[in-house]
Amino acid sequence: MSYKRPDRKEDELRPMEAKVGVVKNAIGSAMFKIGKTIAIAAVYGPRELHPRFLQNAETGILRCNYNMMAFSGSGNRVRPGPSRRSKEIALVTTKALEPALDLTEFPKTVVDVFIELIQTDAGTRCAGICAASMALADAGLNMKDLVCAVSGGMVGDVPVVDLDYDEESYEGGAVDIPIAMMPRTGEITLMQLDGVLSKEQLHEAMKLAKKGCEDIYNVQKEALKAKYKEE
Amino acid sequence: MGNILIKEKQIVVPGEILAEGMDFLPANGAFRENDKVISMRLGLVSVNGRLIKVIPLAGKYVPMRDDLVIGKVQDMNYSSWFIDVGYAQDAVLNMRDATSDFIERGAELSQYYDIGDFVAAKITNVTRSKMMDITMKGPGLKKLVGGRIIEVTPVKVPRIVGKQGSMISMIKKYTNCQIIVGQNGRVWVSGKDPSDEHLAVEAILMIERLSHISGLTDKVKSFLEKHKGKMEDVQENTNFQGERK
Repeated sequence: MSYKRPDRKEDELRPMEAKVGVVKNAIGSAMFKIGKTIAIAAVYGPRELHPRFLQNAETGILRCNYNMMAFSGSGNRVRPGPSRRSKEIALVTTKALEPALDLTEFPKTVVDVFIELIQTDAGTRCAGICAASMALADAGLNMKDLVCAVSGGMVGDVPVVDLDYDEESYEGGAVDIPIAMMPRTGEITLMQLDGVLSKEQLHEAMKLAKKGCEDIYNVQKEALKAKYKEE
Repeated sequence: MGNILIKEKQIVVPGEILAEGMDFLPANGAFRENDKVISMRLGLVSVNGRLIKVIPLAGKYVPMRDDLVIGKVQDMNYSSWFIDVGYAQDAVLNMRDATSDFIERGAELSQYYDIGDFVAAKITNVTRSKMMDITMKGPGLKKLVGGRIIEVTPVKVPRIVGKQGSMISMIKKYTNCQIIVGQNGRVWVSGKDPSDEHLAVEAILMIERLSHISGLTDKVKSFLEKHKGKMEDVQENTNFQGERK
């Protein structure tokens, strides 16, 4: 069964938009939009970490929170608050961002990142990671690189990048591989896989996703610079 | 032979390659990876000979020895005060560093500094895990009474102070206010006339907002002249610390 994308090429991302400094109370914040998925990330801290046994005397730690808003889906109300799914995504987001971040200047502290999805159409963890890495840079923290994330995968037997919800739930079967990457070195900091596919198909999907990450990197870079370009 | 890939005063993001080759050295805000010099934070590039640094545009206060800071008394015990200086942990002000007065055994410490008081103090020591000792002994260090305190982004403090304190002494001259700028981004402004105080605060916030553009001194000057009329340039000697060594 061959799948044909209605509105874009197989290696094309959905239209993107990014903005930095959207939450004034936070020390760093960013919005990242890809297609109909919109993520907002806000960074607070570095601040004192409690309980004390979680503190690390050598470095600060990163703590992410992921949440889909109640009205964010299409139709059914998303149950608000922490769930098994959102806790897992928060964990993998933390693990995806940690390798890029250097908090040794702030021992015994915590940096909190709050990611809210105000509208979702698949690819939320990737959009969240993109927004969070921009927000961390906006906060002026030391980083080795930005982190870009997008999903690759298969719809039917066609390799594609950046699946939307309709494609993820394609009746002929779909495989979804969200990855996060540090674009300068090409290091992968997140890779998950949902579905069954062959080795060759995996390589093909990864290739598309890596190329997608580079497009996202340019959008992130432009957005960060745009904040200081005006005036 | 190395080559620079960026222009002076260009805005860079973390991870951007600034220069290639071993001819260049990474300074603050940059690091080396193999033969490349790479930016570590969002900021403006500054090239000084072989040194490439990135001047940050945002960020929290990182305490350093000999910093003049403005702190708020949070708590006290039998022999010391705990002062919030805008870092995650409070700084410790020991009794022997607090005042040159003789403090009698068992004296009530709140008569010197009470909870909620603001002080201008100097950091004497910072440990590796960022525990801080501060002192009140030194020129210009005192309890801050009256006036108002505003917070600015700590990385903008060098711009507010200016070269050899030029910016801040200009604001002082035009507004006739006493001003103390802490390295932690807190600024104390005190004047006889509240409208003068307000003008000084406006000027400082303007510097914070426009700190990344050039020709800032002239902009601030014309802003002050608009409100206070022209004044002649007087070169003052100031002992303000601007950019950190």
